Formats: sequence, C-alpha cells, structure tokens
Amino acid sequence: MDNPCLKRVFTKLPEKRWVMFLDSGELETLRNLAGGIRRDTVSRLPDLLEELEPNCQQNGIQVHWAQTTEEANSIVLNIARKADAKLAVKGKSMVSEEMELNHFLAENGIEALESDLGEYIIQVDHELPSHIIMPAIHKNREEISEVFQKKVAPAKKSDTAEEMTETARQVLRDKFRRAELGISGVNFAVAETGTLCLVENEGNGRFCTTMPRVHVALMGIEKVVGKLEDLPPLLTVLTRSATGQPITTYFNMISSPRQDGEKDGPEEVHLVLLDNGRSRMYEDELLRDTLLCIRCGACMNHCPVYTRIGGHAYQSVYPGPIGKILTPQLEGIDTAGYLADASSLCGACVEACPVKIPITDILLKLRHKKAQSKKEHHWTELEGAKNLFEKITWKGWKFAFSQPWFYRMQASILSRTAQFLPDQLPMLRSWSRFRMVPRFSEKPLHQLVEEAGIAEE
Amino acid sequence: MRRNYPEKPDKVYFMGTCLADMLYAEAGLAGIRLMEREGVKVIYPRDQTCCGQPAFNSGFQEEALEVVLHLIHCFPKAYPIVVPSGSCGAMMVRHYPELFEGHPLEQKAIEFSSRIFELSEFLHHVLKISLKDQGVPVKVTWHTSCHAKRELGLGDEAKQLVKQLENVELKELEREDECCGFGGTFSVKQPMISGEMVLDKCSDVLKTGSDYLLSGDCGCLMNIQGSLEKQQSRVQSMHFASFLWERTRGS
Repeated sequence: MDNPCLKRVFTKLPEKRWVMFLDSGELETLRNLAGGIRRDTVSRLPDLLEELEPNCQQNGIQVHWAQTTEEANSIVLNIARKADAKLAVKGKSMVSEEMELNHFLAENGIEALESDLGEYIIQVDHELPSHIIMPAIHKNREEISEVFQKKVAPAKKSDTAEEMTETARQVLRDKFRRAELGISGVNFAVAETGTLCLVENEGNGRFCTTMPRVHVALMGIEKVVGKLEDLPPLLTVLTRSATGQPITTYFNMISSPRQDGEKDGPEEVHLVLLDNGRSRMYEDELLRDTLLCIRCGACMNHCPVYTRIGGHAYQSVYPGPIGKILTPQLEGIDTAGYLADASSLCGACVEACPVKIPITDILLKLRHKKAQSKKEHHWTELEGAKNLFEKITWKGWKFAFSQPWFYRMQASILSRTAQFLPDQLPMLRSWSRFRMVPRFSEKPLHQLVEEAGIAEE
Repeated sequence: MRRNYPEKPDKVYFMGTCLADMLYAEAGLAGIRLMEREGVKVIYPRDQTCCGQPAFNSGFQEEALEVVLHLIHCFPKAYPIVVPSGSCGAMMVRHYPELFEGHPLEQKAIEFSSRIFELSEFLHHVLKISLKDQGVPVKVTWHTSCHAKRELGLGDEAKQLVKQLENVELKELEREDECCGFGGTFSVKQPMISGEMVLDKCSDVLKTGSDYLLSGDCGCLMNIQGSLEKQQSRVQSMHFASFLWERTRGS
C-alpha cells in the first residue's frame, strides 16, 4: 500500500487538473455543458447508433455489431485473417482490455503489440494496466528502466525517460512498418457525420490508424455523440481532466479509408461496436448514468481508496470508482458486486467527474441489488456465511432501531458495559487494529435530556 | 448557502442521532443549549432512534425504510428539525425522497426532509449566533465531513462559528476535505484501506500542531478520535457543539 508512485498520482494529477480549471465557475459551467451533452446522447442511444451506422457505411467504414466480447474477438480475428495479418499494432483501447483481445489474438497466432508507451511497458512486463489513462503509473522510472534492460534492449542504455522512449520508438517503428493490421479504440464517434475520433499524445494512435493496410476501431456503444458541435466541450473536459492538458498533442478524426489520390491511410476501416452489458445498463434510469463516462480517469486520481491501493487491487479491467460501478454491471452483481463495497461513499469522485456521474448513488443501488441477490450458489461457504450473518445483523438492527423502548434499553446498557468489551471480538478486531474501541457516553443523550428537563413534544 | 433559510423560529426539534446519543451525548446536549440560549425552545422527542443510514448505505433499504418510518412519526409538527451530524443530515435530506419513491408516505417523507437542518448551518444562517469566547488560547483544526460538504452542500459554516472565538486559532488541515476513512460499515468491511486513510488523516491533524480536532460528524469523530487515542496523541477530539458551548457557557 505504501507505493510512492501512487502518492505522486495523488498529489500531482489533481493539482495539474485544478490548474486547468482555475475558475470554479467556469469548471461548473463546463461540467454542466459536457454532462448535459452526455446525458442527452445516452438517452437517445439507440437512435444515435442507428444514425451512426449508415453514415459510417456511406464513408466506407465497415460496421460490425458485437453483443459479447467473444463475438467482438471473433469479428477482429476474421478481419485479421482476411487481411492475412500476422502482426497487429494497437493504440490504447480499454474496450480491447475488456475483450482480452491481445491474449485471444495470440492464441490464434497473431501478435498484437501495444504501441502506447505505458501499455507497451506493461505488455512487455506481462502486467495489466493499473489506470485507464496511465496504465503503467504504478511503476517508477527505475522499475521501467529495469524492464527495458531485461526485456526490450539489453544492449542499450535506458536510464532516462528520453533514452527509454528512444529505445521504444525504434522497436515500435519497425513494427509499425511491418504490421498488416492496426487496432485502435474510439473516444467519440459522431453520428451525423460517421466520424471516429481518437484522442492521444504520442502519435502512435495516428500510426496505428494510418500505416497498416487495415484499421479496426473498437468502441463501446456508449461512445457515440450526436453532432460535430458536441465534440469541443467533451474534448476539453476530457483532456483537462485526464492529463491536465488544454488539448492533447494529437486529435484524430477518421472519416473514411484511403481515398483515391491520397498518399496514406488504410485501405479498409472497420468499426466494431461492443455492447457487453451496456444496453442492460441503459434499461435502468439511474444505472444508465454509468454510460456517461468519457474515460478520463479523474475519479481515480481523486479517490482516497484508489490512491492508496492502486489499480491492480481491483482485479478488474476498470479500476477505481468508475470500475466499482462498471465492473459489477459488466460481469454481474454476484461475481463482482463486492467491488461496490470498497468505497467509503465519500463522493470525491462525484465532485471530480467532468460529466457528473452520480457514482455514489449508483454504488448504493448496486449494494441494494447485491443485498437482494438470491443467487447464493455462486458463493463459497465463507461468503455465504458472511452474507447470512449480514442479513441477520440488519434484521436485528431493524428491530432494535424501530422499537424505541428496546433502543433506549440497549443504549443504556451499552453506555454502562461497552468499556468492558474485549477489543479482540471479531467485529471489533478490524476496528481496533488502528483505533481504540469507541467510548460510550456515561449517560446517553436520551437520559441527559430527561434529566435536564428538555421538552419531549 | 445550500438553501433559503427561514426566519428564526420559536420552537425546533432536535434529532440527536444514534451516534451522538450513545457516544457524544454531551455534544447533543451542548447543541440544545446553544439554541436555547438564543431563546429557541428545543424539543427532543424521546422515541427517536436513527436516521437509517447504516442499513441504507449497506444496501439494506427495506430495513432502513422500517426504521425511517418509525423516525418520521416522532416529529409530527411543522418545526425545523436540527441534526448535529452532517452525514445523518445528508441521509435525511438527500436520500429519503428516493427511499420513499412510490411509497404511500412519499409526500410526508419529502416534507420531513425539507425541515432538516444541520446544526452549524442552523446556528450560522438561521439563529445567526454571536459567540463570546471565555476560554484560554488554544489551537484547533477542523475536519470536514464528506457528506456535509458533498451531499448536503454545506460550506464553512462551522468554521465561521469557530472563528468567532477570539482566543481560538484555527489551523487548516492540508487535506481538509479528504475522507477520514470511516464510511460506516466500510471501516470494518475494508479495514486495511480504512485504517490507512485514518492514519493519513491523523498525521495531517498532528502536523497542524493543534490542541483540538473538531468535526461536525459523529462518525468521522469516532474514527479519528479512536485513531488519535490509539497513537496516544495529546490532541483532543471534540464535536464542535461541545467546543462552542464549553468556551462560551460562562461558568
């Protein structure tokens, strides 16, 4: 837990973000604007997707629909096979992580190489991303240098960030030239024009989408927006919230494959639209707000839990506050519902979110769903016992706190006896590791007001 | 200001909350005394229990609803209801309307919610109290409750009250509005994470060199106080109501 890299995230990134939003009035205006656009967009999701498809097709972009990650993977594999691809270069895409695409392609004899520097580092080191924007944020420079020495270019000096970047650049350039397939994510897809937008800083995204003969863009269905004019407000809150930049170095708008007379660009562009549980979220008025997310990562940078445990602790593709609401809905409340418990409900994420996702409200709803869940066969014996214990506890609580006579009796007994409770009781042990057991008042307030003659009605 | 505040009323209800009742009873009584001193009659319905937040936040909404149904019947008249805890206040203001959605008593619950005031906002905005400090010079620091700030929308009302005290120097925390790690059942369901958070909060408190840690939320207070005491710190944790009352009661 004592990871200095995380401490750096914790102090530096929120500061960088705040510099971008010095005027709190302007920040609020932008959040309302961007949140409003996303809300409006998501409420019209089916219509906008129906608009997006023909407009993409008209531009020469081939559109594929995938209900599940398995379907999405086999779509990509088919495209790769038709293109006779052995090597794919990838831009950063969280949807591809959701699909575990690299692993799937490797199993099918196709190498998929990450070209985003952070993603590249962790791919080389066989790790998973720990942050959706800065996948290797859990590693410091020395650790990365070691990865380069051992696994990338043992003969080369890779001590400074510049040296390592140069090494990676040389390795990747060669791959870019050879790859038959380029894979990217999509930050926004504009329905009215059939345009795919990609936000990035390294230029690797542009490489992936222009050099290889075939480009496959992977997109969660919620990433659609209605109009071109929706882009500027969304883009500005995205880059400022994500990396504290007014704009990224590259902003790509892909509107077709290579046209006659053009010197670069792929011959084929494919768009894979992945559902994977998103239309289920759409059905519920509150849970639908999960789909507002523009994947900026600000909720992680501001989260007191994430910044102490890091992204890997969540054991899911999407860590942090957004992961806590997204993963239980993608994977099911019975398998991943426990993630909703890993929050103090402090709401720092809600305050940071540039599109105002009510993350804590959604967490509460997911906790309610989990408490109601009957599918106990998914649980191990211990989990089952814990759950039963919790159910009984709250039933008892309900009785004790809705019967005033019982409540008063209990308060009065506790005030006299609690000091004698051993702090090694199972319930108290986890508390008393860091704290003294709470000291009860000598007389409860009920008794004090009675003695002081405070009116009762 | 989170809302339009009413004129000073003749009578108010006091909703003590279960935590103040059992752990910070003196703070509850101090809150009552502070309002009485302004000429307001304070009523403490004896059958009151809890706002329902512990079960509600754990996903047990049906159980919470039962307790809330009991609670709202304890405050039948139209007087304002003052609560000495930001988190409980936020539960009643923000979550009752949704908890009662579609329930036959929905309107009653919404009406109940609209009468809830957190103690510092009530003292500051409605009673507009002025305080005359009679204590010795001390340094204090203030921890903001996440729910008071982010759910209830409170600003620095309590700090404004503390700043009225001449001999009290307010030392701000570096990360005042960072969660202390309590989070109700979070503190026992995720003990290690919660523990890290409260340790960080304590070191922030200790860095200020304060004599007192003040807060307006009994959950946060129980958590931070417990950890400061475990570290055998000399910093005393206190509910702001107790602190204000102790320094101005004049005896």
